[in-house]
Amino acid sequence: MKTGLEIRHLTSAIIDVADIAVRPGAPVALVGRSGSGKSSLMRAIVDLDRNEGEVMLHGVSRSGMSAPLWRQAIVYVPAEPGWWGERVGDHLTGPDSAETRSALGLDHIQPDQSIDRLSTGERQRLALALALARQPQALLLDEPTAALDETSRDMVETLLDPMIAAGLVLMMATHDPEQARRLGLQRLEIDGGRVRGEA
Amino acid sequence: MTIDPGNGAVMLAAIFLILNAGLSMALQLGFVRSMLIAALRMTVQLALVGLVLEVVLTSASAWLTFGVMGFMAAVAGYEIMARQERRFAGLWGYGLGATTMLLGSAIVTVFALTIQIGPDPWYAPRYAIPLFGMMLGNAMTGVALGLNALTGEVSARRRGIEAHLLTGATRWQAMTPAMRRAATAGMVPIINAMTATGIVALPGMMTGQILAGADPSQAVRYQLMVMFLIAGATGLGLIVAVMGGVIRLTDSRHRIRLDRLRGS
Repeated sequence: MKTGLEIRHLTSAIIDVADIAVRPGAPVALVGRSGSGKSSLMRAIVDLDRNEGEVMLHGVSRSGMSAPLWRQAIVYVPAEPGWWGERVGDHLTGPDSAETRSALGLDHIQPDQSIDRLSTGERQRLALALALARQPQALLLDEPTAALDETSRDMVETLLDPMIAAGLVLMMATHDPEQARRLGLQRLEIDGGRVRGEA
Repeated sequence: MTIDPGNGAVMLAAIFLILNAGLSMALQLGFVRSMLIAALRMTVQLALVGLVLEVVLTSASAWLTFGVMGFMAAVAGYEIMARQERRFAGLWGYGLGATTMLLGSAIVTVFALTIQIGPDPWYAPRYAIPLFGMMLGNAMTGVALGLNALTGEVSARRRGIEAHLLTGATRWQAMTPAMRRAATAGMVPIINAMTATGIVALPGMMTGQILAGADPSQAVRYQLMVMFLIAGATGLGLIVAVMGGVIRLTDSRHRIRLDRLRGS
């Protein structure tokens, strides 16, 4: 049974979260001021920082899975994506991303193009396109449209909408309440590394 | 026939140092103090090592031979640690560089002594100590440069490495570019030395042998053998050091662990 993402007693140097559940098709908006722990929570979920606690995806515990396999199932796109190669093509080694790149208006980008020559918005859309092409079971997006103009932002939302309807498990950090409303995200406020309202 | 330069000739060579010091003062180049201290240090160190070697070579004691070699390795290990801009915290700060350098140098030295040169006993100090010293000196430089490049790369490119890990890459896959840069940094000095040897410069060991009266072709054979051995010891120590560094800079959950560097 697809139960979504369940987090229990997750702690790291920055966060201390007792209980969060993100169900398929019922996406969550992580809100809170800068430095409140939104990114740290996402990093802890994908096991990128040292942390303790239980995280399960569709009933399968993270502790029973190797970290590389876990990160294939649950994909995190940081607010400022990193790149390990110098050219776009260095990052096109995974599943075919032509469709998602096209849907995000990146048809003009060539594999031999330098990553440094892309605009901040293009890099953010490229990271999202590559992440979506991997068809993750759960997606953690850290302010995915913060550097985008209105048209690009609409492209992202248009792409995410049917995926959410199809049962994607989505957690998205955003400072834009209108975007949360448009995508039907349930608000989850983080403050000082804790979920507001939790003991 | 060998010509012994004698103490007077050695002192005479120091005239050029004094000439340099005079020029430096006249032109305010500012290297007088450091040059004179270095020259004095070298004189004292070499005089002491000469005395120690005389005792060790005369006694031919295994304990004394291995004791001297152990002391050399301990000092070289400290030197590796001192050359790190970002050193590993705790015992790893000294241990990783020292053990991997020792591993490469010891394996290659024992190989050369037992299979290629064959003195009796195999650890005869006249052969073992200079050979081990040459391996150690070069492996020290290679390991120090390699580890320094590795920690620098991982610190500077953390976001890129993490982006690779986030695609489901293993720590070894994600660290490959940093490992490659670290290995290259560590091997460059010996590769450059092999390229230039015989054309740009005659190596010190070979020159010393020829000046001491050895047949040039024998000196060349020794030099070739030593250069191959040095490249082997450096490469071996460096590869194990870089792999150990990757293991320490990551963990079993394939995370970057810069917190294991001092001051991080």
